Amino acid sequence: MPEVRITVDGDLVTDEVEARLLLVHFLRSNANKLGTVVGCDTSSCGACTVLLNGRSVKSCSILAVQADGNSVTTIQGLAGEEWHPVQEAFKECHGLQCGYCTPGMVMSTVDLLSENPNPTEEEIRDGLHGNLCRCTGYHNIVKSVQHAAELMKGGSK
Amino acid sequence: MTAVADNPAAVGRPIRRKEDTRLLTGRTQWTDNIEIPGMFHMAILRSPMGHAKIKSLDVSGALKYPGVHHAYGAEELGALNGSIPCVWAVTDDMVAPDFPVLAKGEVRHVGDCVAVVLADSAYEAADALEGIVVEYEPLPAVINMEDALKPGSPLVHSDKGTNKCYTYVMQPQGDGAYAASAAQADVVVKRRFINQRLIPSFMEPRAALASPMGISDELTLWTSTQIPHVLRVLLTLVTGIPENKLRVIAPDVGGGFGGKLQCYREEVLVTALANKLGRPVKWTETRSEDMVATHHGRDQIQDIEIAATKDGKLLGLKVELIANMGAYLQIITPGIPLLGMFMYPGIYKIDSYDFTCHGVFTNTTPTDAYRGAGRPESTYAIERIMDELADELGMDPMELRKKNWIKHEQFPFTTVAGLTYDSGNYEAATDKAMGLFGYEALRKEQEERRKSGNPVQLGIGISTFTEMCGLAPSRTLGALKYVAGGWEHCTIRVLPTGKVELVTGTSPHGQGHETAWSQIASDIIGVPVEDIEVIHGDTRTSPYGMDTYGSRSLAVGGQAIMRASEKLVERARVIAAHQLEVSASDLEYSGGVFRVKGDPSKEQSIQGVAFEAFTAHNLPDDVEPTLQAESTVDPQDFSYPHGTHLCAIEVDTQTGKSKIRSYVCVDDIGVQINPMIVEGQVHGGLAQGIAQAMYEGAVYDSDGQLLTASFVDYLIPSAADLPSFTTDSTITPSTSNPLGVKGVGEAGAIASTPAVINAIVDALRPLGVNDVPMPASPMAVWRTIQAAGGAK
Ligand code: FES
Ligand code: FES
Repeated sequence: MPEVRITVDGDLVTDEVEARLLLVHFLRSNANKLGTVVGCDTSSCGACTVLLNGRSVKSCSILAVQADGNSVTTIQGLAGEEWHPVQEAFKECHGLQCGYCTPGMVMSTVDLLSENPNPTEEEIRDGLHGNLCRCTGYHNIVKSVQHAAELMKGGSK
Repeated sequence: MTAVADNPAAVGRPIRRKEDTRLLTGRTQWTDNIEIPGMFHMAILRSPMGHAKIKSLDVSGALKYPGVHHAYGAEELGALNGSIPCVWAVTDDMVAPDFPVLAKGEVRHVGDCVAVVLADSAYEAADALEGIVVEYEPLPAVINMEDALKPGSPLVHSDKGTNKCYTYVMQPQGDGAYAASAAQADVVVKRRFINQRLIPSFMEPRAALASPMGISDELTLWTSTQIPHVLRVLLTLVTGIPENKLRVIAPDVGGGFGGKLQCYREEVLVTALANKLGRPVKWTETRSEDMVATHHGRDQIQDIEIAATKDGKLLGLKVELIANMGAYLQIITPGIPLLGMFMYPGIYKIDSYDFTCHGVFTNTTPTDAYRGAGRPESTYAIERIMDELADELGMDPMELRKKNWIKHEQFPFTTVAGLTYDSGNYEAATDKAMGLFGYEALRKEQEERRKSGNPVQLGIGISTFTEMCGLAPSRTLGALKYVAGGWEHCTIRVLPTGKVELVTGTSPHGQGHETAWSQIASDIIGVPVEDIEVIHGDTRTSPYGMDTYGSRSLAVGGQAIMRASEKLVERARVIAAHQLEVSASDLEYSGGVFRVKGDPSKEQSIQGVAFEAFTAHNLPDDVEPTLQAESTVDPQDFSYPHGTHLCAIEVDTQTGKSKIRSYVCVDDIGVQINPMIVEGQVHGGLAQGIAQAMYEGAVYDSDGQLLTASFVDYLIPSAADLPSFTTDSTITPSTSNPLGVKGVGEAGAIASTPAVINAIVDALRPLGVNDVPMPASPMAVWRTIQAAGGAK
């Protein structure tokens, strides 16, 4: 079995894995990052979204071996001493209910705002179209993203 | 002990949720996150056919795969192959076929469970399904409900001799009353509406883990469910494991919407197998499994007739339904249309009502509760036909509604269906909504677009809905032959160090109960919201409960929290009086502190009382140690939230594409505990209701293949598919409970579907269109326009 070395939330995780192992399963089983979840088997829902070398990917749609030598950030690695502004904003604006889509939604938002720090409502809606949420109707998710953009402009992170 | 500072009332404030800390940092406890050393992973072989005989089944090949320990078909499972219960026999002669956990000799829908494999890992278990050999002999499938009712139709359950599950009739004014109304009427409008099948599609796939390695002899089941308490009772009945040796835990649950209000075969399997083998057994579904194996919702053919005078006074309403049960009856499958039965008259005064429902079996996934459960269907029918009647009469649809709705001074009002609505103010909600929406201006713009022949037409849709929340009282449920009760429980205690535990029988899965329940208790016992821990979803720590569905948790559970909190304060008062050496009636209580009237320097905090109750060194003679109180409340009646929803939609008559331009709703859900959570519930409901109108629909082919069996084919709307909403509220307190609350979980989903479809139809009326099928996709709308003669 191939050996992979993946930096997950700053820590190097080394393991022998089956070639077919999905990155999301590597994160959950081998790296114990249970904050990243699976919502579908067609790469449709975005619940599994993490940052791979700083850019968002659906971790169910790539293999652990493809991530070998790279660096992954999950929802569990996002906060430092303090929460990331995107986390703060989702709480403040009630951008989550059951919270299952949330890890993916937050990671996608981090990526979206790094690309476009001043998104319009339409750009937010388009930018998050790969992340499904069944609880919020997206209204407050959009508000959360707008609020996060403001917080980030304030230079808090 | 220091006194707690008086805090401002917690109820009514948009307090940010306690739950969010774990949910936003990835520290959530989903069932699939739980691992127990030595556990087996279960994978399920499901029927790929809509209807077939199992000529032979050989599971032995699976055992040759690496990591596999056990494989079972119905035969190997033997006596452990129990039957899934249905707790709602709606009529005495209802046909209730056997629903075995693993199919016995015949599969009846795609996704039916055929065999299971237990292996060391989920990957190995899935691989080993390949080793199972099944020989199927295809049988004719029946998918269409009307076909299923025809003589000579293929039978879903050949031993039953019919596909009809039941016929339920309700004629509160007697047989012939509707006919008399219709005979008097100037206008009778008849329509057939199809309320299509939906798939709940909560984002957390179902998962279940049973472990016999509990404390003492208990077997623990963690499962992604809305109903840990009800489920424990049912699992005992199905598996024979004594109830007191079974602990059911709903850890963090990622959405439900009725889809996790169930006793599922997979839950029975992991429980029975863990018990038999003495090893933990875990199963987590794939989304593909979820689409075929989680129960579906809606799926009714509705024939509606409404009779009125020429000036628009409603005289009679007749409803005839065919409701799809699917292949088997799940927990309350047959009862879902009856939950709607009471609500077809909506908010209107009507003289006579006639309701008939035929439940039908087909070779499809069983149906059951999905957000609103029967009430979205009824609201759709009445709100759609009101628009059709308005058109027939040449009246403005809002004027027609105003003419017929119950006026605010007429509450409590007993409807033609026999329910007594507690309170409401349809005028106030409507006025507010009309103002926010700009109704007159939009009508004007519509007129202009019509005149100029603009290819993009504007439609305005109205839905003035009500629904019944808080499924209770138990007596009423009993009268409807529903097996369970409708009460709810709360225990509340102050621990020796002053923190509070609030134990509830409700079982949240996104609704924010931990925050909202703390708010209710905080105001009564005077401790900060942060000091209250809400304990839920575990039959060991919260032994009594009826769980969460039907917008019942606040309306029913909230009352138990209120009463238990009040009792707690009264218990504490006796102890405080003893310590302050005054009589209990000499004490005032506020902000968590008892003070002696006239001598406020003499005081004792509730935390101080709790410590005294713990040491028990100095308690009055007749007072037992510990500071705890409980309450189990069976409410007097349902509560009836209502609201006015208005939708403006632009329809491109050349492409059929519809775009919501604005959506305004004013909901009256009575007193609000946390308006932020309320708004969120409304938003989520709107999204699901709009999705039924425009995007979602489960489609089967004639062999019973589900053509929409993944998120690629079943269109859950994304952020890009929905607008922002304008939501507001009026507050007419409920009179059926002391909190004055009604319930909000389903409101948005119930109200929005007809608002959207009414808007699309309204846009297209000049083209001769008077209905569009759901989901009103661009293709469906375009075809409707073509059938009516095309865009002008
Ligand atoms: S799990 Fe759905 S996109 Fe990855
Ligand atoms: S919060 Fe439940 S799916 Fe998004």
